[in-house]
Amino acid sequence: MHPRPFARREGGALMIAFVIRRLVQGVLVMLVVGFIAFSLFNFVGDPVALMLPPEATQADRQAMRENLGLDRPFYVQFATFVTNAVQGNFGISLRLGRPVSALLVERMPATLELAFIAASLALLVGIPLGVYTGLHRNSWLSRLFLAGSLIGVSLPTFLIGIFLILIFAVWLGVLPSFGRGDTTMVGGWSTGFLTASGLKALILPSITLGLFQLTLIMRLVRSEMLEVLRTDYIKFARARGLTSRAVNFGHALKNTLVPVITITGLQLGAIIAFAIITETVFQWPGMGLLFIQAVQFADIPVMAAYLCLIGFIFVIINLVVDMLYYLVDPRLRVDRTAVGGH
Amino acid sequence: MPANPVLRTAILAAALALCAAANAKTLRWSSQGDILTMDPHAQNEGLNNTVSDHIYEPLVTRGKDLKIEPCLATEWKATGPTAMQFKLRPGVRFHDGAPFTADDVVFSIERALAPTSNFSPYMQGITGARKIDDLTVEIQTKGANPVLLPQLTEVRMMSRAWAAKHGVQRPQDFKNKEETFAARNANGTGPFVLKSREADVKTVLVLNSNWWGKMEGNVNEIVYQPIKQDGTRLAALLSGEVDFVLDPPPQDIPRLKKDGKIKVVEGNENRTIFYGFDQWRDELLYSTVKGRNPFKDQRVREAFQLAIDVNALKTQVMRGLSTPTAVMFAPQVAGYDKALDAVAKPDRARARKLMAEAGYPKGFEVTLDCPNNRYINDEKLCQATAAMLAQIDVKVRLNAMPRATYFPKIQKFDTSFYMLGWGVPTFDSLYALQSLLRTVGQGGDGNFNLGKYSNAKVDAAIDALKTETDPKRRAALTKEALSIHKADVGHIPLHHQVIPWAMRAGVSVVHRADNRLTVKWVKVN
Repeated sequence: MHPRPFARREGGALMIAFVIRRLVQGVLVMLVVGFIAFSLFNFVGDPVALMLPPEATQADRQAMRENLGLDRPFYVQFATFVTNAVQGNFGISLRLGRPVSALLVERMPATLELAFIAASLALLVGIPLGVYTGLHRNSWLSRLFLAGSLIGVSLPTFLIGIFLILIFAVWLGVLPSFGRGDTTMVGGWSTGFLTASGLKALILPSITLGLFQLTLIMRLVRSEMLEVLRTDYIKFARARGLTSRAVNFGHALKNTLVPVITITGLQLGAIIAFAIITETVFQWPGMGLLFIQAVQFADIPVMAAYLCLIGFIFVIINLVVDMLYYLVDPRLRVDRTAVGGH
Repeated sequence: MPANPVLRTAILAAALALCAAANAKTLRWSSQGDILTMDPHAQNEGLNNTVSDHIYEPLVTRGKDLKIEPCLATEWKATGPTAMQFKLRPGVRFHDGAPFTADDVVFSIERALAPTSNFSPYMQGITGARKIDDLTVEIQTKGANPVLLPQLTEVRMMSRAWAAKHGVQRPQDFKNKEETFAARNANGTGPFVLKSREADVKTVLVLNSNWWGKMEGNVNEIVYQPIKQDGTRLAALLSGEVDFVLDPPPQDIPRLKKDGKIKVVEGNENRTIFYGFDQWRDELLYSTVKGRNPFKDQRVREAFQLAIDVNALKTQVMRGLSTPTAVMFAPQVAGYDKALDAVAKPDRARARKLMAEAGYPKGFEVTLDCPNNRYINDEKLCQATAAMLAQIDVKVRLNAMPRATYFPKIQKFDTSFYMLGWGVPTFDSLYALQSLLRTVGQGGDGNFNLGKYSNAKVDAAIDALKTETDPKRRAALTKEALSIHKADVGHIPLHHQVIPWAMRAGVSVVHRADNRLTVKWVKVN
């Protein structure tokens, strides 16, 4: 588990090659995602039929097709789509009649703030619980936590959300059941962090969204802890008479964190993508809710843009995680001799 | 009083806030979807029109009983076979302070006539408008137009100067690929002024203190917040975060009625659910009968009608939330005749006899196309119907699908037996008769006659109705068309839907059959 020292000179060149390789793969993935998104325009119903009133004539339809460029060959349309998409231009929402990019930018703060709080919650609660259940395997509290974590893993998100609403909004009446509360604009970013109602509104959705990740991290840390605690260097550390605090946190926990960081990074993308359900349950005005409403109205430009954006977020996160891996895991380096010399 | 000064101050502040809230009389209103646009001529959609009505006003409007009443026009008279003159209400001002004049009416009519307007159904037969003087305007029609006033209730007035200033002389158009100013801003003459709008989150309207009309209620602020999930929307109502829910889910109504803090107001919706048959093909597309079409035989259609017990559908499927009917439109529609609306008693023996006479003593198999997310309990109604028809040996294969695929399919006449629900926004029988009963033809004739029912006598009555202006003659023509259609069993009407609204117990509203909340009548306590 201990990363070996990094051979800087050769590693630098290799690193660049590695990043370039990953970037090329990322571009390919984005092209595929873009193609799927673009196909929506062509295969999920006829946008012209959706835009024109039912009594429109054939001539009206043809004029509209030409106006939208739908009469051109498929590959030309796709090239135009990609060119526009790269510039962040996804056209105009059929439902709201506004540029899709503006809509997404408007909704992004809500989703990112929710995802940030949910991920923080998962880490700040998940890791201590994982450590505790790893150290005190047989205590009744550990069993309780583990049994409780089954709920987080097995209950569907919308059900957890509805339960929380029932308990905290309807029965106890202490937290809002929907929405973001009052938001403040800070340089084009609408934030709910600065008002009491905004913060209160964050509690239930972030628990709903973060619960799965929380239990995942808890179980991961626990099993890693159990594994590390069996290793020889922990036994030696104990034999040297170190305090159990130093052994557990200074040595054991530190070594469990590498996989935890990786998983958290990957899960961050999942949190943003799967915020759809949480946002729908809590009427949270983020990108996921925008997407769900777009689906119902066959608002294809919004659906396509959302797909591309989520694809992009995943590609970026994967790239960063790959690079981190490369830094910490020498086995990934192609040229073994450069690092295997001592 | 607690000793802690901070706590004491907090309690005092909370008490003050409560008092302020009691005086503010805000109506917090929610339903599933958001308002699409603020442009009054861009989206002909129920909720959108409902909210538009509070900001923009038409020349004539509908009262509590849905009768036509003066609004921006105070009186009107026909000045020829193809023209009607309107006297405008003096002293009315737009929210920006500009006076409302005949110029604005001419402009608004032209705007609603624009190709990008979504209000063409309400502009049919209207050719334009002409200013006579500042407070008199004449609206021209193609021929005599007996439903001009009902149509005008949906044509809302905008300011010409404001539209020109912001470049929104035409309704929002997707081809421009740009959002127009009018989509998120509004300037009408109505009782409420748009204060803020955040699409999909919150729209706030505040009382227009200069409004010409009389507020019967006490609301001075409307906060509209869409909540998509049924459960969350109800939770928001139960926890007191919203005051009014326009569309409570039907399965929760019995439970809501038991809750003392909640009030449910029910009323007939102006929407009628019925079944239709393919009556034109020589062989049905989806049936075991080959070489002939059983639905061309009146006896088979009558047998189906006798086998379907609409009262049982009401009690067992609709949980009491429906009004069984024998006609094709609701009682609120002009031309409704109670004498025709007697629901036939189900009679299985006679149904079997009719089937045998028609040559199907052992019944047959047919596919019933049914939507599963359009009308209240649509799929369950079809399932129950299938069970009832099985009693006369008709084997129904149920083909239920979501509205997005259902309507394109049946609108291509690709069906043998289907369910449809029809609302009448003009509250005039012609709208239903022309679309549903008239032989398929041009200009709206039979545009939803999806089984191609056709009877020359019915057509003649409907065509006469298009230009007849005398209310008595119109009622007679409507009755004639409906009676023939009923004897033919052209369709099988089931019921008018009942729409429940849910609200906090302290809120009182006037329920309207067109599912529109009118806030000037709302009292919040």
